[in-house]
Amino acid sequence: MRYGSGPRLRRDLITLAIVSVAYLGASLFVANSYYQLIMTLVPVWALFGVSWNILSGYGGQLSFGHASFFGIGAYTVTLALVYWNLTPWLGIPLGMIVAAVAAVLIGLPTFRLRGHYFALSMLAYPLAILYFLQYLGFQEMSLPMHREHPAAFLEFTNPHYYTLVAVVLLIGGVFVCMLVENSRFGLALLAIRKNELAAEAAGINTRLWKMRALVVSGMIAAAAGGFYACVLLVVTPDSVFGMLVSAQAVVVTLFGGVASVWGPVIGAAILVPLAESLNAELGNILPGIQGVVYGAAIIGIMLASPDGLFWTIRDRFFRPGAPAPLPAGLGARAPVAMPAAGGVLLKVAGLSRSFGGLRAVSGVSFEVRAGEILGIIGPNGAGKTTLFNLLNGVLTADEGSAELDGRSILRRKVHAVCRMGVGRTFQVVRNFPRLPLLDNVIVGAYGAGLADADAIASAAHALERVGLSALAGVSAGQLTNKQLRLMELARALAGVPRLLLLDETLAGLGREECDDVLTVLSRLRNEGTTVVIIEHTMHAMMRIADRFVVLDHGRVLASGLPTQVVEDRSVIEAYLGKKWAARQDA
Amino acid sequence: MTQPESEAALRRAAGAGGSGNQVDLEVLIENVLNALAAGITIGCIYGLMCIGLGLIFGIMRIVNFAQGELLMLGMFASLYLVTGGGVLAFLGPYIGPFVGALLAGPIVFAGGALLHKFLIARVSGLRTSGSLDEGHFGQLIVTLGISLILQNGGLILFGSTPMTVRTPLASSAIEIGPIYGDATVFLNKARLIACAVAIITAVLLYLVLEYTRLGKALRAAADNPTAATYMGIDVDKAYRIAFGLGSGITAIAGGLMATYLSFGPFIGLDYVIIMYSGVVLGGMGSILGAFWGGLTVGFVQQCSALVLPPQLQNAAIFVVFLMIVLLRPQGLFGRSAERA
Repeated sequence: MRYGSGPRLRRDLITLAIVSVAYLGASLFVANSYYQLIMTLVPVWALFGVSWNILSGYGGQLSFGHASFFGIGAYTVTLALVYWNLTPWLGIPLGMIVAAVAAVLIGLPTFRLRGHYFALSMLAYPLAILYFLQYLGFQEMSLPMHREHPAAFLEFTNPHYYTLVAVVLLIGGVFVCMLVENSRFGLALLAIRKNELAAEAAGINTRLWKMRALVVSGMIAAAAGGFYACVLLVVTPDSVFGMLVSAQAVVVTLFGGVASVWGPVIGAAILVPLAESLNAELGNILPGIQGVVYGAAIIGIMLASPDGLFWTIRDRFFRPGAPAPLPAGLGARAPVAMPAAGGVLLKVAGLSRSFGGLRAVSGVSFEVRAGEILGIIGPNGAGKTTLFNLLNGVLTADEGSAELDGRSILRRKVHAVCRMGVGRTFQVVRNFPRLPLLDNVIVGAYGAGLADADAIASAAHALERVGLSALAGVSAGQLTNKQLRLMELARALAGVPRLLLLDETLAGLGREECDDVLTVLSRLRNEGTTVVIIEHTMHAMMRIADRFVVLDHGRVLASGLPTQVVEDRSVIEAYLGKKWAARQDA
Repeated sequence: MTQPESEAALRRAAGAGGSGNQVDLEVLIENVLNALAAGITIGCIYGLMCIGLGLIFGIMRIVNFAQGELLMLGMFASLYLVTGGGVLAFLGPYIGPFVGALLAGPIVFAGGALLHKFLIARVSGLRTSGSLDEGHFGQLIVTLGISLILQNGGLILFGSTPMTVRTPLASSAIEIGPIYGDATVFLNKARLIACAVAIITAVLLYLVLEYTRLGKALRAAADNPTAATYMGIDVDKAYRIAFGLGSGITAIAGGLMATYLSFGPFIGLDYVIIMYSGVVLGGMGSILGAFWGGLTVGFVQQCSALVLPPQLQNAAIFVVFLMIVLLRPQGLFGRSAERA
């Protein structure tokens, strides 16, 4: 569990209990069976929204085809009841299992795709299933009635019971979502949504977490679909696999608030009754007017609150108060990095990589000694970032070797390299603006595979080391550029790396801010951290780097002590041009 | 449904009673050739339809769920222009439907540009570039809302009776052959002309985008809105025009399709997926790719009729779509260099 999740969970659970009891209480006063049906459908669609939210809201893996799982749930329940006489009480769990299997089968190939390609491919699955079911003749299936033991087959004469079951299912789904949100699961998903590559570099196995999200999400969707079939007693491929079903999950969640536990609940509570009552009230007068009003309503609210109602309301009325400071000594128990065995921590030899005809990195060799700051400098396009990408597994090298303490770090997945103890920061800072600083940093600790308590301690310790402890509870959206840079540094440190790769940590900082960051860096070095830093401003590097490696056009131009390197003629040429070098000579 | 198939069916019925293998082979060859011909002609019209979405989704990266409704608007615009007391009624049933389809373009262009100005621009482009998820979540809801409004508004305005832009050309065909025995290829004249108009429109659009100042501004704005702003391009306007163009092009395709199929206010739902499949298949960001993608989808759809029962034709599209996308995620014709 995340730091401080205890009180948050307790508060949310109390809210959940109050809302559920109030809702069920209210439903007792509804006599009209049509309104009672609406009261049952609200939790069903909310549950479906919760399921979509886990994959697409938190994880950012937009799925336009969540009806696959909803429909699988509905058809499993129906077919099991029709052919095996299996009660939906068991049919729904069975549907969830089928959906979990389907999620793995769908996820394995589809997670190779990203962004829009992923979203649209997901759309193809339910539609393919839909046409296939039509072909098989499961056009319209009705659930047989069991008059002797109705309750045993999830059939009630009193419609209040349906509402009760729906609410209980929703409570289950929301609780799962709360657990996800408050654990490393949720943080991993948020990191993936923000930037998949950066998440990998922080040690997160993105494929695995995405798959877990899809399975959990698919199972919840199947539960919603299975119960939906029991409520309506008739399923058609269109009503459970259709595009509008997928859209429903998207709409209620985005409307209510994406990546928030309450979002789908709020969205469903407003939109489902709105749509149904528009249908009932206006649909008879002028067919079509209900759709126009509904469409205008969702557009209007979306333009007014683009992140969904929950976030707009929270930001306006419930701004989180000043956060409590971290208890002193929280970071004391932080795990420390294993000291390097010998003098040389990283040994790079003959590393090369070309893109088509361009040799971006060509035969690069250097060593990093334990406890030093090695500066990699060079003009733009010298291959500095490509070198880092080779070292942490983003790119694969054409030839050459790189060994961390004698173990090769090449040809491994990005997150695996991170787990071996190579931390990395990127030129562009990735933060989670709504989350507190500590949670932003803890992502790195989770990525390194630390257990909850260790991860919290490690993150707190990392914040101490970069001097941001006082801000631990502040949301990252409020930090300055310099603080964000330090936050990124802390995130990398929280993973207890043996080697830190820093990519232009000083970029975009003013002189004084630069000085502050340099002070932090030299303190880290004095505490024993080994750092390789890319920079193209020479003067800043002169102050902290112990040794330099100068790259130009993908080759090592010079390496050695700073004073030697800056007097090297080829370095002057590369930086200032041949003319300048000639003038120096004269 | 269409004439070639029914004639083939007649022949098959006749052949069943007559002599065996020779006739079977002829029927097979005829069916294959006709499916190929239908696949190519319908595919070209799909290709044009996909180009419209290719501009909006492939290049501007706006997830527009209302694209199918733009197609529907094109159909109805053409219908009201050329039938009854429409202004183009004097052109008669032979030329009228195709001129009507072309004129549906500018009408829906204006509608699309207005939609963009007042709604879409608020959730896309410069407004949201750089924000979390690039504002995609907002787009989804807004375009879904637009789609709902257009569908249901269409129901109110146009009614639910299936319509078609009647042309006598739709019930006559050019016969090629007999090629092998009695095997003959029938080319439906309405579809053939529609296909020709689609290709010409696509080529003209390509030339405009590739060689005019307007086209360059559009491509620059789509590629990097911020940089385009610094170059003095009115990015908002460029987006508006591009969105309008995308709407208009799809509407022209709609007008062309209206000559050979019957449609209602909800027809967009059937085609929006086909459009997305085509654009993704061709490779996002490429106008030519969108055309080829649409052609592929039409081709697969028509040819699958040879081996699959009719209910599975659409399933075949999605299966082929998934296979191609999973094997070649950048699309059939997608290359990073090709951003026309």
